[in-house]
Amino acid sequence: MGKIVALTGNDAAGTAMIQIRPDVVAAFPITPQTELMHKFAEAVADGDVDTEFVSVESEHSAMSAAIGASAAGARVMTATAANGFALMWEVVYIAASYRLPIVMTLVNRALSGPINIHCDHSDSMGGRDAGWIQLHSENSQEVYDNLIQGVKIAENRDVLLPVMVTSDGFILSHTLERMEILDNQGVQDFVGENHPQHTLLDVDHPITFGPLDLPDYYFEHKRQQVLAMEKAKGVILEVGREFKKLSGRDYWLFEEYQMEGAERAIVALGSTAGTVKETVDALREKGEKVGLIKLRVFRPFPKEELVEALKGIKALVVLDRSNSFGGFGGPLFTEIRSTLYGSGLSFEVLNYIYGLGGRNISLKEIEGVYSDLKEVIETSKVKERINYLGVRE
Amino acid sequence: MSRLKGWKEIPIGGLILEAGNAEEYQTGTWRTYRPVWDEGKCIHCLFCWIYCPDSAIIVEGGKMKGIDLKHCKGCGICDQECPPKVKAIEMVLESKLQSEKGE
Ligand code: SF4
Ligand code: SF4
Repeated sequence: MGKIVALTGNDAAGTAMIQIRPDVVAAFPITPQTELMHKFAEAVADGDVDTEFVSVESEHSAMSAAIGASAAGARVMTATAANGFALMWEVVYIAASYRLPIVMTLVNRALSGPINIHCDHSDSMGGRDAGWIQLHSENSQEVYDNLIQGVKIAENRDVLLPVMVTSDGFILSHTLERMEILDNQGVQDFVGENHPQHTLLDVDHPITFGPLDLPDYYFEHKRQQVLAMEKAKGVILEVGREFKKLSGRDYWLFEEYQMEGAERAIVALGSTAGTVKETVDALREKGEKVGLIKLRVFRPFPKEELVEALKGIKALVVLDRSNSFGGFGGPLFTEIRSTLYGSGLSFEVLNYIYGLGGRNISLKEIEGVYSDLKEVIETSKVKERINYLGVRE
Repeated sequence: MSRLKGWKEIPIGGLILEAGNAEEYQTGTWRTYRPVWDEGKCIHCLFCWIYCPDSAIIVEGGKMKGIDLKHCKGCGICDQECPPKVKAIEMVLESKLQSEKGE
């Protein structure tokens, strides 16, 4: 049975890793991820886990070592944040292209510059097209649960893709929260043993990883990655159902919060979903028909499912904690609006970019977003499509 | 050229599952110049065999037997390394040879 504890997001992720007992972990410290690896490295030093811990000289090397170990057949995990992730960039794509089921915590932090160590999603969105599955977390419990499920999702033979689990920097990573941890054996049994089909260490079946892939075959390998992402959706749901049997907690592609009869809705990622839930509860008490879609799985993007969930609403706001400069709104907004186009649903969709560089978002501001939506419905007019919430004029 | 396989027919991730299958990849089509070997002049010193970067010199029983034109890329190293007094290899334009043969 599980145990109720108080842990920070970093300790929650570190605990998940200790219980998963990966064969190899290669990592480099960076705020706000450092304490996560600190916790795990301590467990290695104390002999609590028999993981081969590789301390490297950069994040580029961390991901490179992770790729080598994974190709050799090991179960591999790592963690990083912001500029560390940016430094990994080149090899992040390679991990996905070689179809290596590496699981990584990304503690979300703004990309410099100007230099900033606080939360936004510019780092994970920067890796949007790298071919990694992205599981987003509202709280420490979800960071922990997503990591355990992530191993099983990544290693599924129909998927074989790396998985990134996000944790909002400081907001989750450094905040103590009440949560439940499972017992070690339960986690071990759930993730099971890793039995990769092709490995570099299988000397009886010598193979080549990473050969030159010219115009005659590269495109075909990319098409295979598309299929793996499509299949991942079903696998994520299946692993979620199995995880519920172990933990009692529900996992989905996204959570529909008070969407029953909702006319105005917000779509959000990460810890902000918790703040939106508070606002929704308060407004619902006043009889306002508001709801929230908390997106858990950003890659693969659950397009059909979102269209289904948004039927019946009259106006929508997409909250983006990152921006695409010179683009048409934040990355989540463009994707959702594109999903809706041609879906048969026609309501206004607005974008609010917020929280860059760790700027707080308040209940009052979210209430303001819902009242802006009310005005859009009443007047059938959109004053500003793309809005900047909480920036000083 | 053999039919290229579709995305459902090939191993994922660019993996190559059979060792030594580079042999199947016929690089002979890359050639601009073809090494033409004169058996009569050859002294079987095997310099060409040592230097050929594509293992395209066929040797049997310690003797030079010919050139594997399916893999020879036409770099001309064999011609360069064949002893000057022997000159058993000559590089000839592939297009010239082919038009002569009506290929
Ligand atoms: S031309 Fe180059 S590749 Fe061809 S046989 Fe001579 S050395 Fe080998
Ligand atoms: S280098 Fe010239 S002489 Fe020597 S084996 Fe080759 S073709 Fe014959």
